[in-house]
Amino acid sequence: MELDVTDTDFYRTPIISQASDPENAARLQRLWETPPGLRGQLTTVDHKTIGIRYLVTAFAFLLLGGLEALMMRLQLAHANQHVLTPEQYNQMFTMHGITMIFLYALPVLSGFSNYLWPLLLGSRDMAFPRLNALSYWVFLFSGLFIYASFLAGDGPNSGWFNYVPYSSLSYNPGQGIDFYALGMILLGISTTVGSINFVVTLFRSRAPGMSLNRLPILVWGTLTASVGNLLAVPAVSLAFLMLWMDRRVGTHFFDDGGGGNPLLWQHLFWMFGHPWVYAIVLPAMGIISDGLPTFCRRPLVGYTPVALSTVATMFIGFGVWVHHMFATGLPPMSLSFFSAASFVIVIPSAVAVFAWIATIWMGRPVFKVPFLFFASFVLLFVIGGVSGFMTAAVPLDWQLTDTYFVVAHLHYVLLGINVFPVIGGIYFWFPKITGRLMDERLGRWNFWTMFIGFNLAFFPMHISGLLGMPRRIYTYSNGYGWDTLNFVTTIGAFLFAIGVLLFVANVALSLRRGEKSGPNPWDASTLEWAVASPPPPYNFAVIPTVASRHPLWESHLSEEGSDSSVLDRGPLLAQGRETMGVTVLDGEPDVILKMPPDSFAPLVMAVLLTALCYSALIHSGWLCALSTVGILGCLLIWLWPTALVQSVKCQTMDVHYD
Amino acid sequence: MDTPLDYLYSFGPAADPLVKLGWGLITISLLVTAIIAILLLVAIFSRRQKARPDAEGHLPITRDSGGMMLIYIGVGISTVVLFASAVWTIFTLAAVASPARAPTLTIDITAHQWWWEVRYQNDKPALIFTTANEIHIPTGEPVRINLATVDVIHSFWVPQLAGKMDVIPGQHNSTWIQADKAGDYFGQCAEYCGVQHAHMAFHVIAQTPDEFASWNRQQLAAVGAPQSETLQQGQNVFMTRCSVCHAVRGTIAGGNLGPDLTHVASRGTIAAGLLVNNTDNAAAWIDDAQALKPGSSMPSLHLSPQELTDVVAYLGSLK
Amino acid sequence: MTNGPLFQKQLPVGAIGRRASGWWGMLMLIATEAALFSYLLFSYFYLASQAKTTWLPIAMPSLRLALPNTIILLASSLVLWWGERAMRRGLLIRQLLAIGLALVLGMVFIVVQFLEWHLKTFSMTDNAYGSLYFTITGFHMLHVLGGILMLGVLFIWAALDYFNAERHTPISIGVVYWHFVDAVWLAVFSSFYLYPYLR
Repeated sequence: MELDVTDTDFYRTPIISQASDPENAARLQRLWETPPGLRGQLTTVDHKTIGIRYLVTAFAFLLLGGLEALMMRLQLAHANQHVLTPEQYNQMFTMHGITMIFLYALPVLSGFSNYLWPLLLGSRDMAFPRLNALSYWVFLFSGLFIYASFLAGDGPNSGWFNYVPYSSLSYNPGQGIDFYALGMILLGISTTVGSINFVVTLFRSRAPGMSLNRLPILVWGTLTASVGNLLAVPAVSLAFLMLWMDRRVGTHFFDDGGGGNPLLWQHLFWMFGHPWVYAIVLPAMGIISDGLPTFCRRPLVGYTPVALSTVATMFIGFGVWVHHMFATGLPPMSLSFFSAASFVIVIPSAVAVFAWIATIWMGRPVFKVPFLFFASFVLLFVIGGVSGFMTAAVPLDWQLTDTYFVVAHLHYVLLGINVFPVIGGIYFWFPKITGRLMDERLGRWNFWTMFIGFNLAFFPMHISGLLGMPRRIYTYSNGYGWDTLNFVTTIGAFLFAIGVLLFVANVALSLRRGEKSGPNPWDASTLEWAVASPPPPYNFAVIPTVASRHPLWESHLSEEGSDSSVLDRGPLLAQGRETMGVTVLDGEPDVILKMPPDSFAPLVMAVLLTALCYSALIHSGWLCALSTVGILGCLLIWLWPTALVQSVKCQTMDVHYD
Repeated sequence: MDTPLDYLYSFGPAADPLVKLGWGLITISLLVTAIIAILLLVAIFSRRQKARPDAEGHLPITRDSGGMMLIYIGVGISTVVLFASAVWTIFTLAAVASPARAPTLTIDITAHQWWWEVRYQNDKPALIFTTANEIHIPTGEPVRINLATVDVIHSFWVPQLAGKMDVIPGQHNSTWIQADKAGDYFGQCAEYCGVQHAHMAFHVIAQTPDEFASWNRQQLAAVGAPQSETLQQGQNVFMTRCSVCHAVRGTIAGGNLGPDLTHVASRGTIAAGLLVNNTDNAAAWIDDAQALKPGSSMPSLHLSPQELTDVVAYLGSLK
Repeated sequence: MTNGPLFQKQLPVGAIGRRASGWWGMLMLIATEAALFSYLLFSYFYLASQAKTTWLPIAMPSLRLALPNTIILLASSLVLWWGERAMRRGLLIRQLLAIGLALVLGMVFIVVQFLEWHLKTFSMTDNAYGSLYFTITGFHMLHVLGGILMLGVLFIWAALDYFNAERHTPISIGVVYWHFVDAVWLAVFSSFYLYPYLR
């Protein structure tokens, strides 16, 4: 992909050019486009393609998890049914949890962020394009790996939370748990490298002038989630590795007889698990904070408090994990601390809720489909929040925990704060991604079916929970007062499923026949709406210079004496694949970053990593050795210095820059 | 009661403060939800000056100030409510952490995959006895419950008398319960423990102190010799087919893999609360336990009809 | 604005010093690996604090091999620091020497560690302490091995004349990683070898 212009100059004053110059567009197109055909598809590092793949794959897992849920709801619609055997039911609820929490909730947000970040930040790609491709392939393979357990006839059945001793070898000798454990270690690699990519991109790869206080809240949300993941994911990867070792190597981390402790599993799991639940909602809250203002025709009220509350929530989120363990017999002092922290964490969420309401109130609502999802989200957020507030009270939690009350809570927060913003976000950004608008009328049917179905399904669970219905039971008897509630829940679940189908139908129809869209059909304010729909592979013909949080609204919001963003002229950066690197706080340009070409390395690496995990599953020493050597070799090829670096010679440079 | 696991009713001091806290926080939650819903609707539908859309049909962009006040007030009130709730929580925790006076009765409960072994402790060894799945306590007295498990994690939960306490291998958790009113309180295992977690219930029968004493004496009594031919044959079947796992004090049956059956006929339910204890259910359970509770440790014995009738009669005599 | 001071100066092209994406990527990798070791050591201290019987399978861990080994690893960090300073002055030979010496020291560390493992009277599957000891020191050793491979590759790249006084980001990345591995060892060493004496 190199041009005939020599690329070995180590310093350059960037050429400033016009965005509208067709020669620039042609040159950048040749540099950045992915060649058509299978090779292109397997080697592409384009963040937009990777983002779409994440979205589609995550949705596929959402549908799988949804089917599992519907099976469970059929079984529970009436007392004492035999739709599923106990073992089948237990595998269903385990896989439902795994699929939704790990294979849908974070990947779908990674999909949005991957697609949007460079566009929002005014950059041409993420900081590590090949690592980006790797994180997707490993995610896909880890999901397939875990689901392969079903094909092997032995799905994991000990709950997504997988407590020992039930998940240990003596009670679970089959391979299901091993599939889960090793699959999670593999997925952890994807999450970790993805998080590294987001953090470094945010720090370094933005448009000039995009200082920290001008970042869209979606970026704040994903950044916070990524930092949280970097610090939290190792806990669960370690826990699963230790479990696998206890099961297959004979160690004694968790086994009470050998000096281990079953509670160690719970501590490690929840030290990861609680920050994780914030990682899967904070970016979605960012979608609201960025999307809602567009449909209220005004900037977000309280940008700084909302950005700070995002970070505060994740920070406090590291200090509440024991609230998942309130009934385990820990000392009252420790329970009190974690209970108090669980109350405190509500405060930053309250900041966001009131900011959103204020934005609507002080704005002028536009009743398009995204607005319906974004506004209803606020209500669902609060319902999920108050049920969480109730469980924060430790002695009350001794009644609420392990009942359907918690199931109600977790579904209100997960569907309310992740799924509804995601669906709304798809309606919002669909025109940008595809160049077509989704159908408004079908969208309204979609919204109301989902909204009514969701509440019909999950609100009764608060009540059945208060009436004592325990979690994770494959059936129940009459005489407990749960029958009608469960039946209503099942109806609601199926209604919600119809809503999901309407959504899928709307996507499919709109892809073919949706109304064509220009660059900015919603008259939104952020940078992604400045480029064509869909964006060209190079995103921006010239690197924009940013002067405010709302570059596209500056003419309406201008204050005296402020600079305005410049989008039509800027550094061309077309001597190869290039983008601008800036300082962390203020966004001043300080380096021209060279981006890698398309490559097979990420796919090969993903295959090798999967082979390594598979070798552990089947206890194959030679496959383990082979894959390790392969991984090291692939890494060496991947990291081998580029032509530019190879042309560096000692003694030839006497300019001191640093 | 129609809703026997409903914990918004309570009948003892280990649970009463939880009901109050529960209703209090429910009230706050409903109020908050209602207020937010109203605010949201007001925000969406409040009257605004008509605005003219531009050439592309977009409404104009504004930046009216003043929204921050809503955040200050909302967060301010929320913080006060949260603080008050936290304080109430701490007081409630103190109130239920331990009983007002030292318990005079201690019961050791050992959880098994999918049934509850109940052992009444006493300083005098002769007064110790074991039963299963049905716990009797005197009213008005705090009772200490020591918890242990032989296999995985379970959770001991009798909602109308106390909050949950997990049962964890290697850990000596204990809790206390007290019933101020006589009655049959339902209990349930509350931590997923395997394939029959759904059917691991138990009962706490609170009786007046006199009734409790009399029940206690009855449980201590050893079983006498069978009084009829049928019962003798029933006992023979029991010894051959059941005594490996089940114990009956006063006979040579000493198995401890399954529930102690010394006074099984005095219990209201069998199979850890799954079935009402009557002849038909007992027969169905013994004949084909796997159909009723698949995966449980009780095998489907498929006895001959005569053997079945005899052993059911025998068990029926173990009052 | 685009003709203003923001764009009139020359910008470096490609990876240079702390501006390289790879440098930041390594810092993030160090953060997540540090978290991993924190959780490993948490497990160690948690199980030690909850132990109902004697925690240590042996009287006291012997420092006979571990202490010199610690010094060897610290020395290797010092050597790499000296080497990178030399590289910043364009002294390639000294840089190569430093990498070579650090490589040797690293390999000595691993050999001594294997010897120590061999001499232990308990195994990974005996009890929780054994499981933790071998897993945690094993994880650390894997990181040292990774570091050694990295140093080997850096040696080759330096010998191929890919670096100079101004541009040698891969070396900085490798060196900071090595310092991190050293810091982790200090934490692991303190936890396993010093903490029991304080208990």
